Amino acid sequence: MKISRRNWLAAALAAVGVAAVPGASIAQQGPVKIGIGISQTGTLGGGGKAALLALQMWVEDVNKKGGLLNRKVELIAYDDQSNPATTPGIYTKLLDVDKVDLLIAPYGTVPTAPIMPLVKQRDLLLMGNFSFQVNHTVKHDKWFNNAPWGDATSWTEGFLQVGQKAGAKSIAFIAADQEFAQNLANGAKAVAKKTGLKTVYEQNYPPSTVDFSSMIRAVRNAKADMVFICSYPNDSVALVRAINEIGVGSSVKLIGGGMVGLQFTPIMESLGSSLNGIVNYTSYAPGMKYEGIDDFLKRYTAKAAEAKVDPLGFYLPPFNYAIGQVLEQATAATKSLDSKVLAAWLHKNEVKTIVGPISWGPDGERAKPSVPMVQFRNLQDKNVEQFRQTGKQVIVYPPQFHQGDAIVPFEKARSAK
Amino acid sequence: MDFSLDLLTEAVLFGVLLGCFYAAVSIGLSVSFGLLDVPHVAHPALMVLGAYCTWLVGRYGVDPIVAGICLMPVFFLLGIGVYRFYYETFEKRGSEAGVRGLAFFFGVAFIIEVGLILVFGVDQRMVEAAYIGKSLAVGEYRIPWRLVVAFGVALSLTAILTLYLSKTFTGRAIKAVAQDEPALRLMGANPVRIKQWAFGIATAVAALSGAMLIVVGPVEPSMDRIYIGRTFCVVVLAGLGSMTGTLVAGLILGVTESIVLTQFGASWAPAVAFSLLLIVLGIRPQGLFGR
Repeated sequence: MKISRRNWLAAALAAVGVAAVPGASIAQQGPVKIGIGISQTGTLGGGGKAALLALQMWVEDVNKKGGLLNRKVELIAYDDQSNPATTPGIYTKLLDVDKVDLLIAPYGTVPTAPIMPLVKQRDLLLMGNFSFQVNHTVKHDKWFNNAPWGDATSWTEGFLQVGQKAGAKSIAFIAADQEFAQNLANGAKAVAKKTGLKTVYEQNYPPSTVDFSSMIRAVRNAKADMVFICSYPNDSVALVRAINEIGVGSSVKLIGGGMVGLQFTPIMESLGSSLNGIVNYTSYAPGMKYEGIDDFLKRYTAKAAEAKVDPLGFYLPPFNYAIGQVLEQATAATKSLDSKVLAAWLHKNEVKTIVGPISWGPDGERAKPSVPMVQFRNLQDKNVEQFRQTGKQVIVYPPQFHQGDAIVPFEKARSAK
Repeated sequence: MDFSLDLLTEAVLFGVLLGCFYAAVSIGLSVSFGLLDVPHVAHPALMVLGAYCTWLVGRYGVDPIVAGICLMPVFFLLGIGVYRFYYETFEKRGSEAGVRGLAFFFGVAFIIEVGLILVFGVDQRMVEAAYIGKSLAVGEYRIPWRLVVAFGVALSLTAILTLYLSKTFTGRAIKAVAQDEPALRLMGANPVRIKQWAFGIATAVAALSGAMLIVVGPVEPSMDRIYIGRTFCVVVLAGLGSMTGTLVAGLILGVTESIVLTQFGASWAPAVAFSLLLIVLGIRPQGLFGR
């Protein structure tokens, strides 16, 4: 077949035209794939579902704006079942089979710890997702945690300071026998020793513990001024119940500190008034002002109702949305998806997010950590909406968010209005 | 840790209450695994299913234990159905039924767990009752009422099952099928129907155990995994099929765990409890009350 010069020209122009259309370019390059293994079942599933919803919201938002580097974003997520044994396999699949461009860590310390050697070996950027000290020994220079804490001091100093201000001289520790709780408890013990607090009781418990009555009785017997608890969601609920039934005695001024789960709406709603008086960490409480968070929470609330996940979404969702914002700003600034380039930029720059500006220290943890300690007050049973009000989770630390002093002792705080 | 007689006494007291709870959640398995020789690893999953059903019924203001009792006939029928399916597809086909049956019951447990996640989500569920969150003050001691209730239910269940198995015709037939199935057949009884009935009873008991599970603490769909080891430990320690033995074994496990927790540390509690099982089996392979 003879092809005329005019046909050649037309074909060439058509080819150039197709290449110039942005959509066609996107189709050729394919989406930017972001991979995550996140608990949808098991003890961390409640938090993981809410976190995934927030990430999906960010994907929706960023795709409306044209995606990352003019490519649509695709989120590939697998359920790690809250089981650390599953995460190395999931992340290997994400990297080798799904060929993801960027990685977000699972929610929590325990599922994240096993993948740290893998990402370090492959020298990949990993956005941390509310882990605690998983990079402490690995020392991976491309790790960036979204959590508001840094080392154990940053987490525990608020609780200990509030207690010492109230006159506490001694402390008891209860901690789950797993990575997160042990890291936190050991850090808290070191800080307590440094600040002159006397440790009067220490108890580590296995994850299969059914009832905590004996432990709470032993705490009461030890007559501690403060009780620092590092627990996972199921245990936190059982501990709160045992505290209410057995009582911790009149000596205890402050109890709580590192109880995971007391930030999850279904648990807060179920425990209701039995939470009163407990001082515990959180990431966000009503009254904390950040640019864009109110709008996010409004949109999240509507979507959470549809998806039947954590209706308030204070704890993990804003910080997971922030992970997306971090990736968005880093890729836009560097025009790259390369781990080395992105990590170098993130080490040098501050990123604006809906949970405030974030910058990281050399270890990939927050350069300016700030862990709010809240005291639950005047809560009623079976009322989820009360948690949207200020005054129900009174921020007692840090000073920049301070809403009131902690009411002590614990027995008095339980009935305080 | 300093020795304290008060703490030790309380550890024993809490151990007895906890032990009775362990016995109560194991007694159904004592029938299905102990007497019928069915590798019923789905027993804890059925308990969790019972706990969720209790939660559902409890939303209409029904007391959890009453809800558990009301659910027993439904679970009895469910048990009959599950056993019939197991019998037709596995047991009937020969000697390898045990191993394949194990896979079958793991499958059942998995289906129940995933089903619960799909229907109820992964959030924990709790119930409310007058005896939850309150404690009984006895001198210096404060004993949670929920554990006292579990104690009472465990004792009642053990007494009722022991009487049923020794005093009724069907009960004696269930014990007979465990001892000598061909002999029972020669007596004119149908061993399959007897086993089906017994499995129904075991599943009905799982419903009440589930009610106790949610009374003692919050439940979530994957909770069955915590109880697989403990329930089998109690049943094997007791000597397969002994109801009184199940109660005693539960008490031994509970008291040991509680004392070790109080005096030496909670991390040692499961290790010491399971070591105890190994020691007992080393001395008496048939278990404490096994023949």
